[in-house]
Amino acid sequence: MLHIQNLHASIDGKGILKGINLNVKPGEVHAIMGPNGSGKSTLASVIAGKDEFEVTKGEMLFENEDIQELDPEERAHKGIFLSFQYPVEIPGVSVTNFIKTAINETRKSKGLGDMPANEMLKMIKEKAEMLEIDRKFLSRSLNEGFSGGEKKRNEIFQLAMLEPKLAILDETDSGLDIDALRIVASGVNKLKSKDNAVIVITHYQRLLDYIVPDFVHVLHDGKIVKSGDKNLAKELEAKGYDWIKDEATV
Amino acid sequence: MELKDKLLASFMAFESSVDIDSNVHDLRVEAIKKFEDDGFPTKKLEAWKYTSLYSVLKHDYSVFPKGEPRLEYADIKQYFIHDIDSYKIVFVDGKYSSYLSQTTHDGIDVCLMSAALNKPKYRMVIDKYFNKAARNEGLSALNTAFSQEGAYIHIPKNKVVEKPIQILHFATGTETGLMLQPRNLIIVDENSHLEIIERHQSLTDNPVLTNCVTEIFTNKRAIIDYYKVQNDKQTASLIDNTYINQKQESVASVHTFSFGGKLTRNNLNFYQNGQRINSNLKGVTIIGEKQHVDHNTLVHHIEPNCESHQDYKSIIGDSAIGVFNGKIVVEKEAQKTNAFQANNNLLVSDKATMNTKPQLEIFADDVKCSHGCTIGQLDESAMFYLQSRGIPKKEARALLMYAFSNDILSSVKIPEVKQRITKLIAQKLNVNLGFDL
Repeated sequence: MLHIQNLHASIDGKGILKGINLNVKPGEVHAIMGPNGSGKSTLASVIAGKDEFEVTKGEMLFENEDIQELDPEERAHKGIFLSFQYPVEIPGVSVTNFIKTAINETRKSKGLGDMPANEMLKMIKEKAEMLEIDRKFLSRSLNEGFSGGEKKRNEIFQLAMLEPKLAILDETDSGLDIDALRIVASGVNKLKSKDNAVIVITHYQRLLDYIVPDFVHVLHDGKIVKSGDKNLAKELEAKGYDWIKDEATV
Repeated sequence: MELKDKLLASFMAFESSVDIDSNVHDLRVEAIKKFEDDGFPTKKLEAWKYTSLYSVLKHDYSVFPKGEPRLEYADIKQYFIHDIDSYKIVFVDGKYSSYLSQTTHDGIDVCLMSAALNKPKYRMVIDKYFNKAARNEGLSALNTAFSQEGAYIHIPKNKVVEKPIQILHFATGTETGLMLQPRNLIIVDENSHLEIIERHQSLTDNPVLTNCVTEIFTNKRAIIDYYKVQNDKQTASLIDNTYINQKQESVASVHTFSFGGKLTRNNLNFYQNGQRINSNLKGVTIIGEKQHVDHNTLVHHIEPNCESHQDYKSIIGDSAIGVFNGKIVVEKEAQKTNAFQANNNLLVSDKATMNTKPQLEIFADDVKCSHGCTIGQLDESAMFYLQSRGIPKKEARALLMYAFSNDILSSVKIPEVKQRITKLIAQKLNVNLGFDL
């Protein structure tokens, strides 16, 4: 589904990603871990198409198609979704109106008409219930005045509504208390299928107790320095990142 | 002939055409002298530094239109907020149009300035209020000199006027160029509440210049909500001079929505003559092409314990020019004043210009005054957020611009007005937002 090879990216001439290799197949859950500043969020942004970053080298294919020249919305239309670490506040646009716009624009790109209102409402109701989101919440302005937990839950609500093929969760666990974490994680688990894939970016192992990864990759200084199964995450939790760094420099 | 000379030469004829014995004869004569001295403002004046009237004044305007144009309601319905019950005072080429209007004398006076100026029964009110708030200078003096027609609204005490009043001025283009000088007087007595929607609309490509003066008096605990809708043709220019004289505990709010016209200058002046007064000045400006919109505001805090809130937002595109000049004066006696001013601007083209200048003159020592102005572009990370949800660039921009201007709309109290303005914003941003607003 996603094939990344020797990917280099920089911002203002400063190299952040220095040769990433990553293969994600349908049905898989990948976790990307690593210390602060290792390039985790940059990788997420580069996959989603943030043009602040310049890809200087390497290959990035999504369903065998080169996506490097595509705008973020075109990547979204193909089924890539990024759950933001810091979702942006948009006053005056309600959660419901925002998601309606997002869904209908995605449909438009596929030559479909707007989703019928009753179908949309039904879907909104269903997904909101799944994530234990209050109806009142849906008429509030997008992310405005939301607590950290509400913002993240709203991200997963959008994920549930848009039903992407590849979901990238960028530090979705930060700012969540344990109850919110469980709800968010169970939401993600319910959305998982053999046809879609998830990349979980996290600093801590905590979220991975709930969203169990098939693969764990450790990012350090713009490179994946170690890959393993879910036990690698546990090892990192117990030993910290220093031994990885040492190993990497050897 | 230059416009100034033409106006001066026309004054005698004007005075004899109206009633020379009118109550306001002396005021008019005094005012024309003042205009003769002052002339039209030029960029040499500090308050006109960023706005030149040159291109507006060079046309040959008829100052007394002769025709009796007839408009059908169906043709102009779109300019009314037509889905609400309202009083209407409608002028066509400066003349009152009785068949398009709906006035009243039933408990409240919603009628014509010409009647108020000439009929003896209004004499006391005119003596007390007429030209008492307007400044005797330049453009306002010119308007006073030719003051004859406009809206006269007097709400006696303890009345909540259930229906808003719409004041509309149409220009039809029967003249090759037309100068209009409407004069409005609005008095809201103790405990009364009034809502007004005002619009100047040209229906022609011939140049139109409107120099309007509105005087508003809010007595004790009175409330007025005033909505100015400015979405005129590219050949029409407006100089709006509004003076609001507030008494204790009154609340006056003016929303100015500036979307169109060639040149628009809003001189909006609040005078707080009493304690615990609240003044609200809100504005949304969305302009493009070569449009020019200038907001020049004054809030004069004269007595203690009063508040003022100013919030102006603009989105400037193409080669358009925006100006905000907000002056707050806090007199020495005006302790415990809360005065806030914000002016946030988005420039959405490389050639767009915004000039913003807060002016605070504070003579009291126990006050809270804050002001802030920003000029910026659309937030890149917000753009990326929307795009990453599948919303294309153009729609994402529109959504963000809509969001930017939206919080001003939250204080609009008439839902139909809010809806109309939202639609105008969407139209102006040239996009279908993809949901019902």
